[in-house]
Amino acid sequence: MEANFPLLSVLIWLPVVGGLAVLIADALARKGVLPGGGDRWLALLVAVVTFVLSIPLWTGFERGTAAMQFVEQVAWIDMLNSQYLLGVDGFSMPLILLTTFITPLVVIAGWTSVKERPAQYFAAFLILEGLMIGVFSALDGLLFYVFWEAMLIPMFLIIGIWGGKRRVYATLKFFLYTFLGSVLMLVALIYLYLQAGSYAILDFHGLPLTITQQTWIFLAMLIAFAVKVPMWPVHTWLPDAHVEAPTGGSVVLAAIMLKMGGYGFVRFSLPITPDASMALDWLLIGLSLIAVVYIGFVALVQSDMKKLIAYSSIAHMGFVTLGFFIIFGIMNNTGSTQGAALALQGAMVQMISHGLISGALFLCVGVMYDRLHSREISAYGGVANTMPKFAAFMVLFAMANAGLPGTSGFVGEFFVILAAFQANFWYALLAATTLILGAAYTLWLVKRVIFGEIANEGVAGLKDINAREFGLLAVLAFGVLLLGVWPAPLVEVMNASIEALLEHVSVSRL
Amino acid sequence: METVYLLIVLAPLVAAAIAGLAGKVVGRTGAHTVTILGVGLAFVLSLIVAWDVFITGADVFNGTVYTWAVAGDLAMEIGFLIDPLSAMMMVVVTFVSLMVHVYTIGYMHGDPGYQRFFSYISLFTFAMLMLVMSNNFLQLFFGWEAVGLVSYLLIGFWYKRPTAIFANLKAFLVNRVGDFGFILGISAVLMYTGSLDYYTVFGQAEGMQSETINIWGDAQWSLLTVACILLFIGAMGKSAQVPLHVWLPDSMEGPTPISALIHAATMVTAGIFMVARMSPLFEYSTAALSFVLVIGATTAFFMGLLGLVQNDIKRVVAYSTLSQLGYMTVALGASAYAAGVFHLMTHAFFKALLFLAAGSVIIGMHHVQDMRRMGGLRRYMPITYWTCLIGSLALIGFPGMSGYFSKDALIEAVHAAELPGAGYAYWCVLLGVFVTALYTFRMFFMVFHGPERFDDETRSHLHESPWVVTVPLVLLAIPSVVIGWLTIGPLLFGGAFGDAIFVLPENDTLATVAGYFTSPAGFVAHGFMTPALYLAGAGVLVAWFLYIRRPELPERIQDRLEPVHRVLVAKYYFDDVNEKVLAAGSRFLGGALWRGGDQGIIDGVLVNGSARAMGHIAGIVRRAQTGFLHHYAFVMIIGLALLLGWLLLR
Repeated sequence: MEANFPLLSVLIWLPVVGGLAVLIADALARKGVLPGGGDRWLALLVAVVTFVLSIPLWTGFERGTAAMQFVEQVAWIDMLNSQYLLGVDGFSMPLILLTTFITPLVVIAGWTSVKERPAQYFAAFLILEGLMIGVFSALDGLLFYVFWEAMLIPMFLIIGIWGGKRRVYATLKFFLYTFLGSVLMLVALIYLYLQAGSYAILDFHGLPLTITQQTWIFLAMLIAFAVKVPMWPVHTWLPDAHVEAPTGGSVVLAAIMLKMGGYGFVRFSLPITPDASMALDWLLIGLSLIAVVYIGFVALVQSDMKKLIAYSSIAHMGFVTLGFFIIFGIMNNTGSTQGAALALQGAMVQMISHGLISGALFLCVGVMYDRLHSREISAYGGVANTMPKFAAFMVLFAMANAGLPGTSGFVGEFFVILAAFQANFWYALLAATTLILGAAYTLWLVKRVIFGEIANEGVAGLKDINAREFGLLAVLAFGVLLLGVWPAPLVEVMNASIEALLEHVSVSRL
Repeated sequence: METVYLLIVLAPLVAAAIAGLAGKVVGRTGAHTVTILGVGLAFVLSLIVAWDVFITGADVFNGTVYTWAVAGDLAMEIGFLIDPLSAMMMVVVTFVSLMVHVYTIGYMHGDPGYQRFFSYISLFTFAMLMLVMSNNFLQLFFGWEAVGLVSYLLIGFWYKRPTAIFANLKAFLVNRVGDFGFILGISAVLMYTGSLDYYTVFGQAEGMQSETINIWGDAQWSLLTVACILLFIGAMGKSAQVPLHVWLPDSMEGPTPISALIHAATMVTAGIFMVARMSPLFEYSTAALSFVLVIGATTAFFMGLLGLVQNDIKRVVAYSTLSQLGYMTVALGASAYAAGVFHLMTHAFFKALLFLAAGSVIIGMHHVQDMRRMGGLRRYMPITYWTCLIGSLALIGFPGMSGYFSKDALIEAVHAAELPGAGYAYWCVLLGVFVTALYTFRMFFMVFHGPERFDDETRSHLHESPWVVTVPLVLLAIPSVVIGWLTIGPLLFGGAFGDAIFVLPENDTLATVAGYFTSPAGFVAHGFMTPALYLAGAGVLVAWFLYIRRPELPERIQDRLEPVHRVLVAKYYFDDVNEKVLAAGSRFLGGALWRGGDQGIIDGVLVNGSARAMGHIAGIVRRAQTGFLHHYAFVMIIGLALLLGWLLLR
């Protein structure tokens, strides 16, 4: 289905151009041509317009088909038979909406707290937004790779310029990890191009690759995606990056960038190398369960709030990869795709939900950090006494993080646990430990930070959230509750793509 | 009727939202008015529903409200199942909740969190109603966790108190251990039936008997046994069965009205309700029933013993609740689901009464809860005294009182049971009767009789509680006396539960009891031929002797039996093991994995090792370039070019 209006291109390039416009406006303001201080309003305008423009993706999306929609196709690099090919399906469309939804919130969150070079800060986020939408909508391997790599630059700058004390170490680590993964992915893409004669990802899906070829491609891409998710043991960049990143950086990193890894698995690994995925599913399942259990314990002992939430993110993303790779075991055991569909649904819903919840939690930490300039749990205590409204939000998001039914955090985990039982009793048992571990580290955090007597003078002098912060958290709270009470619409848009993927992977390439 | 069902759940929810979100706008009066109206409406409508179900004999309603999600071809729905079991639960929940709402006006008078409190208890009512009215496992789990959330919020209501916020975290986590089993149980059910809808699942229960599941090695386990035990682990958390009982005594840190509503009358009975609801599954697994029976019996007897050494008035009632929950569980294990649920109902009334009476005493004593500083309160608080006496008599099973019927019926049912463990269970519940009477009247005498052990300051402002407190006491005392007499016939032997409870003919222990049930009066007469009645009487007598006649004796006995006393005071060391082994062990493991695994091996050796190697290589190129970042980009481009060249030209 070719689109009449290049909606996806607009969504990609509007924020990029808007970001550049913010930079120009700032430069002109410095020269006195324009009045100063307009940069953040311009940034907000661009982010909000982008969000509004992305709504037709949802409303105009045709349910019930797995075909790519809103497709745009323009010749790009003829020599390599690479095209400017965009399109979305049930996997990518919700992720694009998540991106356009989170970005305005990030702009608002940085409204007053970014003192140093604010125009560049907002511009970086807008450009990042466009590039991330590019990743989710690119259907050409080379184009995908360009967006994938380009996206790192603004994030790298955000941490490197607006980050904390150890930002150099954090950025270096971030870069090293992703560099390693990306290079291997590029090799795999080039190899696939040589096999298929084009860079179109959908062409890759149909390639009859041998098990050896599949295995090598799978492993090369695995490293790229596993770093992004991140999966144990290539996860240690994330806590450092989060700790050093400014609030907005943490929000985007947790809410959207981690989803690139998960998206990579459904867009590349599973459909292109289904037999290798099946042969190596034990590895991915094992790593996912380690993420849930091992990282759950690690999160328990963190003394830095951002680190704790970062580890919690890794554990929650474990459900995403678990959901993706238990499908083979389920189909093998039950002989039907129903349980496998549940697993994939769970993984996808978990990605969206985690975007909202982790974003909200990092915003909550940001709210406290703006006031007391500490991320240490021990610097707080009894915040509920002085910030009751904030405490209510914090408890809500903590409960969502602990997977309480009625919040979005429940849906994905529930689906994946139910499905995991059909693959293997022990997978479900280990995954279900999140009910205990997730509640333990999250609510223990709440107990130490929010409840109790006022711990010190700093806490005694705290002012409750203002209207801007209230609005931010309220919007996210609404999303978290809506998705928890009525996930049907989200689940519905993904259904056709999931069914198609299952049908696709259940036929061996060999 | 569908609109009525919706109204029943939504009225408390809307009221909770108003009191919680607009607490400042509506004020204190507004908050309690709106929530009482909401819950009152739910109560009246529940009565209408109950009339419709029990008296008119309406058909069972099983309908969907909305579709929550459809994954693949699995539809997950929110819907109601209104049958005699849920109708009874709805009346109990809304009635006790209404009483507690009214009582709270008096109890929480002057508390800065007044509106918040009303919002929470109304929200609780909503969640509990969703749980009991559900027609599927998804909504059951939603209600299950939602009542846990409100319980968490309410135990920690006074969030400045270190003990309160310790207790609420503990309660939530222990419940989560139960839910861990519960969710696996639901998973097992889904895997073999392909549905989360009760009726669809129950319809396949008989066929599931032959299914097996491979868990460890080659051993094949009966699927139904595994599923039922997993589901029951959920019930053990919520209904505080050994060893997951540890949270309930600590939950007494919350305000007393919620101890009555949540931690005695309703939420903690959710596990009992759930097993009764799942009777079509449990019936086909003797092993699971046996497991339920033994856990329940252990809880009933051994938790009762702990009530003997408590000095905090609320903790005595709390241990009594644990023990009575054990009684209900035993009944479930003996396939006498109706008796378990019947005891659930009578217990809801008299235990809510006892808690609210304890709360009235606490108000009178200005928040002193230690019974050693009470005594002789009979003269100051007559209404509290008489209602508490009624509650106590109902609890120990005084002939003719509601507790008598329910407890006697279930003891008889356990006696008739032939499962493995039934003998042990029978002795536990029988001796438990003596223990119950002893701790109950120990409390009663220590509080209301004997010398006054408080100072003149306390005496000067000691008086009966206001009407908002005493009216609920009286209104709860009425069913505590009569409800057993009125309903035992139809509920236990008249088939009033209809198909809601399923019992296989060979397991039907209540049928044996029915053999000698002619009328409530006849049942009372029959009681004089069973040991339970005499054990209860003996318990009261011993309590009287020890705490009124020879008050110096208990201390001597305590000294004589020092080792036993120590174990009881330490609550069998459950808390010590949990805190020093499990909690501390988890933190140790977390620290070890973090410092050893993440920081030591992954970062220390792999990442920073490669970084050093990389830095070393870059150091060579550094001479030609400036910033280190460019080096990596440079290395990357060269590397890519080489790779591309190799791939294209090979």
